[in-house]
Amino acid sequence: MNQKENNEENTMEIEQVQKQEVKVAPGTLLVKEKDIVAPGERLAQGFEILPGMGTYREKEHIVAGRLGLVMLDGRTIKLIPLSGRYLPKKHDSIIAKVVDVNMNGWRLETNSPYQAMLSIKEATAQFIERGADLTQFYEIGDYIICKIVNVTSQKLVDVTMRGPGLRKLKNGRVIEVAANKVPRIIGKQGSMVTMVKDATKCNIIVGQNGLIWIEGQPENELMAVQSIKKIQEESHMSGLTERIKAHLEKNAAKSE
Amino acid sequence: MQLKVNKMVYKERLLGRKFDETRQIIAKVGVIPRADGSAYFRIGNTWAYAAVYGPRNLHPKFLQDPSKGILRCNYNMMPFSSSGERVRPGGSRRSKEISLVTVKALSPVLDLNEYPNSVVDVFIELPETEAGSRCAGITAASMALADAGLLMKDLVSAVSVGRVDDKIVVDLDYSEEAYEDGPVADIPVAMMPNHNTITLLQMDGLVSKDMLKEVLEKAKKVCIQLYDIQKNALKEKYKV
Repeated sequence: MNQKENNEENTMEIEQVQKQEVKVAPGTLLVKEKDIVAPGERLAQGFEILPGMGTYREKEHIVAGRLGLVMLDGRTIKLIPLSGRYLPKKHDSIIAKVVDVNMNGWRLETNSPYQAMLSIKEATAQFIERGADLTQFYEIGDYIICKIVNVTSQKLVDVTMRGPGLRKLKNGRVIEVAANKVPRIIGKQGSMVTMVKDATKCNIIVGQNGLIWIEGQPENELMAVQSIKKIQEESHMSGLTERIKAHLEKNAAKSE
Repeated sequence: MQLKVNKMVYKERLLGRKFDETRQIIAKVGVIPRADGSAYFRIGNTWAYAAVYGPRNLHPKFLQDPSKGILRCNYNMMPFSSSGERVRPGGSRRSKEISLVTVKALSPVLDLNEYPNSVVDVFIELPETEAGSRCAGITAASMALADAGLLMKDLVSAVSVGRVDDKIVVDLDYSEEAYEDGPVADIPVAMMPNHNTITLLQMDGLVSKDMLKEVLEKAKKVCIQLYDIQKNALKEKYKV
């Protein structure tokens, strides 16, 4: 009887050992590229693979640190954000709204958690006299396209108006889109936005912060707004360019 | 005080529910278009909507933290949400406490170091409630925070587990909370399911040490199930 029990114990031990030995090979992916993952989900096992943007290492696992789309870049695994607000970054061109005028410049709303500062020195190429009325340049409520020159650790944002294409935006309308869709709206080397511009005969400026300025004939402006909303909604599906092209042609035919 | 547990009359739950079974769950993400992130979590007759706004500028300025962003939660039961008396609109002592424990339950997963001096606002609204509302609120809020694209090391799942008489029951409903023929304990537990860490643990009632251990084991199992539901709801929104 005793022996029997011993034997049973032995076999159990062997089974356990076997279970321990069946380990996943080092550096195994637990998800596929372009999978959507939620925070806390395990993405990979082993030390061969490195954690990239939006992920972190927890012992031998790489874990998702946000909601995102899995992308592989060599040995690193990173997550592309699917949502989230714009965070000011150096060298970005953004569309901002003047919300305050004070002694040494203008305060701007940037569609992010932080306001930006435009100082007199950076405002124009011309000389501004001391104590001059700054509202003759930019009034409260004006929209401008400006460039971020510096972002501190405490997220103090400085912008400049000195540079090609940086100016006050007169007339037209400003619409808001999700900041992470901006690259899709611009397209490869601006292909998408150029297509919309040509089809609608509108001037369009896309700010990195998700604000878009559109100017043209009122009905054309509406058409441009519609197409941009369509790009935003369908940006994750393949064949986007063709679909937008068809949409624009259909609208053009309708208006004629 | 001695616990009298000799009657053992609690043998069956309402609607034939098993002792370790939750009420029916529905979870959706992105239900409020104007919010930066939003979610809906329904467990039985308890409905929770959570809306996340931000990170955004924080005023008054003295509330700002220069080292990291802060999280603010607001738990609100709507006036005709409960089956008993009308809830007086606006904040109460109870809602203030629950808002506070919600912040404490959610902060351990959130990384707001990228957003100094700013705030993330979470509004939890409950149009209909029947026990377990703080857990439903926390579960919805954690999905909404993930939907808002914030950095989170895990989701938070919450459920109330407790004892009715000599039975350990998962996800108590109102009849169990108000059970009068024996001792009752209602223990809301919030967890980070992938880290096996408890972020909220409250208790109302009487419970022994052994029972509490058993309760936590059960809560852990349910939270892992809840995590899958939350995860699938999040993926559903962004599915191609």
